[in-house]
Amino acid sequence: MIEMQDVWKTYPDGTHAVRGIDLKVNANEFVYVVGPSGAGKSTFMKMIYREERPTKGQIFVNGFNLEKLKPRKIPYVRRNIGVIFQDFRLLPKLTVYENIAFAMEAIEAPKKLIKKRTLEVLDLVGLKNKVASLPTQLSGGEQQRVAIARAIVNNPAVIIADEPTGNLDPETSWGIMNLLEEINYRGTTIIMATHNKEIVNTIRKRVIAIEKGVIVRDQARGDYGYDD
Amino acid sequence: MTINTIGRHFREGGKNVIRNGWMTFASVSSIAISLLILGLFLILSLNVNYLSQQIEKQVEIKVFLQTNVNDETRTAIQSSIQAMPDISKLTYVSKEQGLVELRQRMGENGKAFLEGLDGENNPLNDAFTVEVKEPRQVAQTAEKIQALNDGKNPAPILRVSYGKGTVEQLFKITSIIRNIGLFLVACLALTAMFLISNTIKLTIMARNREIKIMKLVGATNGFIRWPFFIEGALLGIFGSILPVAALTYGYWELMNSVTLNTSVLMVKFKPFLEIVYPVAGLLIGIGLVIGIWGSTISVRKYLKV
Ligand SMILES: Nc1ncnc2c1ncn2[C@@H]1O[C@H](COP(=O)(O)OP(=O)(O)OP(=O)(O)O)[C@@H](O)[C@H]1O
Ligand SMILES: [Mg+2]
Repeated sequence: MIEMQDVWKTYPDGTHAVRGIDLKVNANEFVYVVGPSGAGKSTFMKMIYREERPTKGQIFVNGFNLEKLKPRKIPYVRRNIGVIFQDFRLLPKLTVYENIAFAMEAIEAPKKLIKKRTLEVLDLVGLKNKVASLPTQLSGGEQQRVAIARAIVNNPAVIIADEPTGNLDPETSWGIMNLLEEINYRGTTIIMATHNKEIVNTIRKRVIAIEKGVIVRDQARGDYGYDD
Repeated sequence: MTINTIGRHFREGGKNVIRNGWMTFASVSSIAISLLILGLFLILSLNVNYLSQQIEKQVEIKVFLQTNVNDETRTAIQSSIQAMPDISKLTYVSKEQGLVELRQRMGENGKAFLEGLDGENNPLNDAFTVEVKEPRQVAQTAEKIQALNDGKNPAPILRVSYGKGTVEQLFKITSIIRNIGLFLVACLALTAMFLISNTIKLTIMARNREIKIMKLVGATNGFIRWPFFIEGALLGIFGSILPVAALTYGYWELMNSVTLNTSVLMVKFKPFLEIVYPVAGLLIGIGLVIGIWGSTISVRKYLKV
């Protein structure tokens, strides 16, 4: 599903964020990415959906070599990847419904399907009664659920979630985790960076620990392993 | 691209204009104000141009004949001049007629001075008044007429005059005025373009989030660009229609209210339609180009992700 071969990332200012990562993630896996702040977790994830490009090395997503891909083809690879952010990144002027439908319009899905599928995912995240609300009228947890709905609406093979519960209270965080588990259960690979010890230690999954840009631990059904 | 998608781009483009209310307002008013100033100047410079053309048209050549020239020679000269390519109008002014015109021109002051000059005492010469098609060629045409004397003895033409010196001066001034007008209009157009594209850049900068999200969900660049393209065109059209309407109305009013005075001042405005078409065409054209160009350029920056 996702494979990295000796991937390095040095930012233009000289920061070495990632220094030689080798990794394989299979379809339908759920992977936590943990590690101290500034370790390179976000950089590692951004390279998967090509917001950042590696300075060196190869990345394969769904069989495509991202480094060899023509720029024209990038959008089509991205359609296999759903991204969820700590700060939700919803469009403030669009309603809940529009925010989600937007992701389907962007890939030119047929109109009928857009309506059907959008309502379907809204139902899945439990926000069917909020279709006409604006993001500012929602709680943090509700906004994150809209973001998740947007990420899954195009049926991506992988979901990349960078601290999806980072801005949420514990109870809401558990709700979001249930949702992600459900999505994973339905067949979507999930890679999630997190600082939430309790979640990692309770919902046991594969854990990858990154420190100073390298993988220092890769553990099936692992634990969080830090005391922060 | 399917019909559905094209429709969607137009809808989105239109919706964005409404959704980004304040930014739309800022862009449209910056376009409108810049184009209004440009339009005012354009009208001014078109009229100055028109005026200088009017003045140039008044340039004419006077051909005075010797007193002893007989009818036959006179007719020969007349048809020789008539045959020249640059001549637009040729009138014969006999010395009797010349005296009548002179009296008219001098009015009361000349009454005593011109008394008793009729008939045999008429000191004037028979003459032709020649109007030329291309006033700037007047010197050459005058020379050609003068050359009709060559090889003839006695020479039938006494003098050819066209205001030598004065006419050259006039042309120099009118072309300076025209060039200054052209230069100012070009400067204003550039400034307007800069101002407008800057405003549009700001409106799009405020939306890089939207563009980024579209990119992340896998929208193609073309798909993202289209609505902005249409939005830019709409901003350009709205922004230019306002000043075009204002200028058209203003010019119409001006022409209607000032016609009385103009005959006194010897100033005539350029006809309404001759102003409206080029001004509307240019302003709407610039508005469209700038709207589209500004938004396309600005979006491109965010498409690189
Ligand atoms: N755009 C950038 N330009 C320069 N340096 C950057 C950039 N983004 C990140 N960095 C640096 O790269 C290193 C890794 O950052 P990254 O965001 O990947 O860490 P992280 O593990 O996600 O941290 P956190 O847990 O705080 O989110 C840090 O030293 C950071 O300052
Ligand atoms: Mg991070």
